[in-house]
Amino acid sequence: MTTMRPPDAAQCYDLNGAAIEHDEEGYLVDVAAWTPELALQIATTECLVMDDERWDVVRALRSYYEIYQVAPPIRVLVKVLAKTLGPAKGNSDYLYRLFPEGPAKQACKIAGLPKPTGCV
Amino acid sequence: MAKPSDYIINAAPSDPLEIPALKPGAMAGCKPFVAKPEVQAALGLPGTLVENWQAKAIEKMGDLLNSSRSLQVAMDSCMKCGACTDKCHFFLGTGDPKNMPVARQDLMRSVYRRYFTVTGKYFPWLVGARDLTEDVLDEWYTYFHQCSQCRRCSVYCPIGIDTSEVSMAARDIMASVGRGQKYSNEIIGKGLKTGNNLGLPLAAIRSTLDSLEEDLRADTGVDIAMPLDAKGSDIMLVVPSADLFAEPHIQGLIGYAKVFHQSGLSWTLSSYASEAANFALFTGSHDHMREMARRIREAALDLGVKRIVFGECGHAWRVAYNFLDTLAGPFDFLDQDHPIPQHICEFTHALIERGQLRFDKSQNDAYRLTYHDSCNVARGSRMGDKPGGQFEIPRALLRASCNHFFDMAPETIGEHTLCCGGGGGLLGDDLMELRAKGAQPRMRALKNVAVEHGVTHMAAICAICKSQFGSVLPAYGFKRDAILSVHQLVGNAIVLDGSIQARALQKAAR
Repeated sequence: MTTMRPPDAAQCYDLNGAAIEHDEEGYLVDVAAWTPELALQIATTECLVMDDERWDVVRALRSYYEIYQVAPPIRVLVKVLAKTLGPAKGNSDYLYRLFPEGPAKQACKIAGLPKPTGCV
Repeated sequence: MAKPSDYIINAAPSDPLEIPALKPGAMAGCKPFVAKPEVQAALGLPGTLVENWQAKAIEKMGDLLNSSRSLQVAMDSCMKCGACTDKCHFFLGTGDPKNMPVARQDLMRSVYRRYFTVTGKYFPWLVGARDLTEDVLDEWYTYFHQCSQCRRCSVYCPIGIDTSEVSMAARDIMASVGRGQKYSNEIIGKGLKTGNNLGLPLAAIRSTLDSLEEDLRADTGVDIAMPLDAKGSDIMLVVPSADLFAEPHIQGLIGYAKVFHQSGLSWTLSSYASEAANFALFTGSHDHMREMARRIREAALDLGVKRIVFGECGHAWRVAYNFLDTLAGPFDFLDQDHPIPQHICEFTHALIERGQLRFDKSQNDAYRLTYHDSCNVARGSRMGDKPGGQFEIPRALLRASCNHFFDMAPETIGEHTLCCGGGGGLLGDDLMELRAKGAQPRMRALKNVAVEHGVTHMAAICAICKSQFGSVLPAYGFKRDAILSVHQLVGNAIVLDGSIQARALQKAAR
């Protein structure tokens, strides 16, 4: 089982010497600061390895965000993945296997998206 | 960040209401993130603790005592009978004596006595009065954010003291001097700015609704509209924005759409009032509460609807049922022959009573169900025109749409219901320890019906309950998706005219 390391006290990721600010839970403060390299680092903090499957999800999240400025509902994300990658990868159990802390939160964090707020 | 399963000690069947051994200070280190200056500023609140915070806090407390009779009664009338001590799910789950309702109230009562009573002013040691020091403020911040404002304690209090009103007042005071809670205040800010707590823009909402329409067409063979901002509709539906985003909430939205479709009435969502969940109830801010309520009235006027119906959301319904008219009224422009506002469960129930809905219960045979009464509906409001309607109506919907329904133990449902552990603005991941432990009584009651009746799933009508259970169920040995929306079950079983399901039933009957 994966365990999550709390974000460091300075609340910054160190990307080749540059400090990239994040909030108490590791979400980027500035969405525009995201790079694929940074995603690798956030994933490491989450004890996850960025394989092709996880990159597919992260890319899907980012392209949805670029259009709508918000993270997609799980149902919509699942549908997009089913269409592009096939039904075996288009279901929420698959997403939870990739992101045990929940696709909406953990995957958003790695994709550099703001944390969904509210009753979710 | 810790996971719920880090905290669970015993998930075996046991008495949900078992009184734990006392563990003083067990939860002293569990407190939510403090709101950042920019989050506070967006709500017109000071960004950091103001210089003369103590005097300001006492002044604010005085204002609240003057404006809220119930707070004054709560401060003056407790006779320390002890009836409430074992009634809080957070006490039952943590053993921390400061989570006994009377102890939580005393955090404020001791300060009240020091500044607002003669004996407390001159002989503080006689009446347990204390100065409002920074340590006391810290204790307030910790333990008033370990109250989910569920009102269970007030049911057992012989004089009806409601700890939720005390915790709302305490949070209001703290936020006003610069110590706000990140989770709730960030959400209120987003709601005031964008119209909903998730910050969903119009295009995102429309795109989600389009996607659902496509799914519904494929599933039923019927064109079921998911209208947004449709002027001149009969009904404006106000849902918690989680219904447009999360699971199983979105399944409930699909159920509402099917019911509306079958009712023959036109309906619409509003992008301007795209949030039912009024988080200002949790922070005790009347101004913010009014502003969120005002959007609903304005949207209804703008869209020219005749009725307002609320989706499955606990505290939305508490605010709507009790205060909507006071906050944003008058609603004299709506059809006065229907409840203003109406709960979606009432709406569906009325159709069932009139025989307008047909169900194929076998569609839900994969589920053996129980029902979780959400605290703000159970103890903060009513439904229908009979006392207890808020308990009976949701169950009537489940019985109409499912073959296998079993209630949990009577002392854990109805007005005695146990909070999910994430209500009252405590759903943030920063409070995961509290949420996991606070869910224990409800999880034990569920475990007992799982053993006795083979119950596999639990339904609820509150967005917070659904999300909280989705997080904590696995820690107690249940599946993440063992929590369902009531209208999800309604939607599964409903047989729409001209649908694939209707044709299949007809064929089977021949």
